[in-house]
Amino acid sequence: MFTELTGVVVSFLLVVILAFPLGRYIARVFKGERTITDFMNPLERLIFRFCGIDPHRKMNWKEFLKAMLTVNLLWFVYAFFAFLFQAHLPLNPDGNPNMTPDLSFNTAISFLVNCNLQDYSGETGVTYLTQLFVITFLQFVSAATGIACLIAVFNGLKEKTTNNLGNFWELFTKSITRILLPLCIVMATLLAFNGTPASYDAKDTITTVQGDTVQVSRGPAAGMIAIKHLGTNGGGWFGANSAHPLENPNYFTNMLEVIAQMLIPIAMIFALGFYINRKKFAYVIFGIMTVGMLCLVIPTILAEIHGNPLIAKMGIAQPTGAMEGKEVRFGPAASGYWSIVTTIISTGSVNAMHDSFMPVSGLMQMLGMLVNAFYGGCGVGILNYYIYIIIAVFISGLMVGRTPEFMGHKVEAREVKIAALVTLLSAFIIKGGTALAAYYFVHHANADWAVKPSAWLNNPGYHGFSEMLYQYTSSNANNGSGYEGLADNNPFWNITAGFAMILGRYLPIIGPLAIAGLLANKKYIPESAGTLKVDSLTFGVMTFAVIIIITALSYFPPLVLGPIAEYFSIH
Amino acid sequence: MKKYILPSLKITVAFLILCSVLYPLFIALVARLAPGQGRGETLSVNGKVVGYANIGQKFDQDKYFWSRPSAVAFNAAGSAGSNKGPSNPDYLKDVQAHIDTFLVHNPGVRKEEIPAELVTYSGSGLDPDLSPAGARVQVKRIAVVRGIPEATLYDLVNTQTEKPLLGLFGPAKVNVLKLNLALDRIK
Repeated sequence: MFTELTGVVVSFLLVVILAFPLGRYIARVFKGERTITDFMNPLERLIFRFCGIDPHRKMNWKEFLKAMLTVNLLWFVYAFFAFLFQAHLPLNPDGNPNMTPDLSFNTAISFLVNCNLQDYSGETGVTYLTQLFVITFLQFVSAATGIACLIAVFNGLKEKTTNNLGNFWELFTKSITRILLPLCIVMATLLAFNGTPASYDAKDTITTVQGDTVQVSRGPAAGMIAIKHLGTNGGGWFGANSAHPLENPNYFTNMLEVIAQMLIPIAMIFALGFYINRKKFAYVIFGIMTVGMLCLVIPTILAEIHGNPLIAKMGIAQPTGAMEGKEVRFGPAASGYWSIVTTIISTGSVNAMHDSFMPVSGLMQMLGMLVNAFYGGCGVGILNYYIYIIIAVFISGLMVGRTPEFMGHKVEAREVKIAALVTLLSAFIIKGGTALAAYYFVHHANADWAVKPSAWLNNPGYHGFSEMLYQYTSSNANNGSGYEGLADNNPFWNITAGFAMILGRYLPIIGPLAIAGLLANKKYIPESAGTLKVDSLTFGVMTFAVIIIITALSYFPPLVLGPIAEYFSIH
Repeated sequence: MKKYILPSLKITVAFLILCSVLYPLFIALVARLAPGQGRGETLSVNGKVVGYANIGQKFDQDKYFWSRPSAVAFNAAGSAGSNKGPSNPDYLKDVQAHIDTFLVHNPGVRKEEIPAELVTYSGSGLDPDLSPAGARVQVKRIAVVRGIPEATLYDLVNTQTEKPLLGLFGPAKVNVLKLNLALDRIK
């Protein structure tokens, strides 16, 4: 057990050690200073010339959003039709079929919005062409979209008064050429040398030692698994995601993958400090987010290494902890840690099946997604935190009776309305969706649909309710992990979760960008003795309190019906 | 909106070439130097491939060390866990059935000696490993079936046990396929 815990602690320490210099590097890249990757300059110039883009053209927040949304819409159309006709396209050595329209809709959105909810299974549901030309492609560009939007907000914070948030195409391109692609090449190589397949060969058929004939799915997976983590995407090459022994062959790759998914989100916090030259502000944010993570990680690891009390009652030994849905080479401690990292960061890759975790862990996983800002996804994590900051600024302003200010700009009704709308919307999507699903499950259990509502759930009782709640939580948070027992590949789930993913992606990006754009346009007010110090520990704690209060008030009732009730039923 | 459509199309083409063509091809090329040439590492007996080193196999005959229960019957054309929740009564009956089966095939083993991984489904359904305790608890059965002294088998489990990473991180484990291939080599 000791070596399992040291593995977890060292995984976390390593990511902080790596993220700090990476954050400084990211700030230098977007400031246009000299970096070690300047050899990419000719490639970038070539891309800009080919696309007819002037990377120096300034954009205000509306132009920035138009460029971002146009290209996103184009990707959606492209992805939708590619999945729909994949069987007839090349690079399909396993002869996998086309997707149904509803599955294609869900999958296209899922990868477009960096969610990576998968209602199909990688071995049979997609082809090598769609894995590489749609899924891997979207994993790169959706992460780069998130980073570009965050840098735009940084630009708004950096200047006293400006309407220039930067050029979307330039920020987007550099996010890939300077950050994602170089890191992916290193990581994919490490994975390939540890046994992850990387060739284009089709699945293999073998006869085992006992004489069974089985097949082994393979493919050019290593590259996709690298961006899946570095881009906080999470969608796996294989159905079992990073629990699959080819996708995550040993404890080293497990550490690599868990470090990779936290790396850019944490680096972006440090980058914020370097970029707007307010390092203390960044350290306070990092501290608060880390405290938030620990509040979720510690109970999860304890619950998992303690094991399932109902199995303990049967009289067998659980020396390593709860093993259902887990892999021996990782063990419950590393799997518990991963399950929280992946839910707070919006990756959604799994190295153990979340449906089989203890109720306490399920509660913590869902809380991680509901907050969605303890580090959070590539770029979008800090955008979510930015919303909490605006609300905290507003409430602090009310408490001291001054017009709230954030970094020299007055926060007024319009900005607070946007922030409140973004926050409340999540609660509406998650609880509304779950209520709708529960209604059909109870009142139209035998409706003559593709899958009858009565057959949706893989588990009865409280846990079954959690399966539905988790699906909308994960969709709205653009997380993509799931309680995989849920029969989600049918029109009801594909379509409702699809819409939850769209709203859960674009509003939390548009909101902060609009606020940043509006604030940056306002007259700059120099700091005075009465100014709220946003880089103080007090304000950090205030933000943390806002996060807890909003989450607790919004989601306590459904969480009681799901994981909390299940906890009391087995203890 | 219109002035953004053409750059959108072109930048999509540019990054499709970069991220979906060049990048995976480059990784595939580098992987040719890796063990298994990027196709997955295989294990052979007398020149015949008997399995992939990292993919678990079904072992349920008494003369072999058993693998963990699998939700996909160890056919790596797919992969999945059971996705059963910890409080599911049907699932708990399933675990009880695994315990009963194990006890029938392993006379002399007490219930509290069975480690949990032997009676629970793995996450991928393809878990290639057991904990050292999960292998040791099966030694008595195999010693009787094969007529090999128990001490020899305990030694075998020890030599096949892979230590934690650098001796510091993660659990110790035994690869069941490698263990059984080594078992078959004992005269």
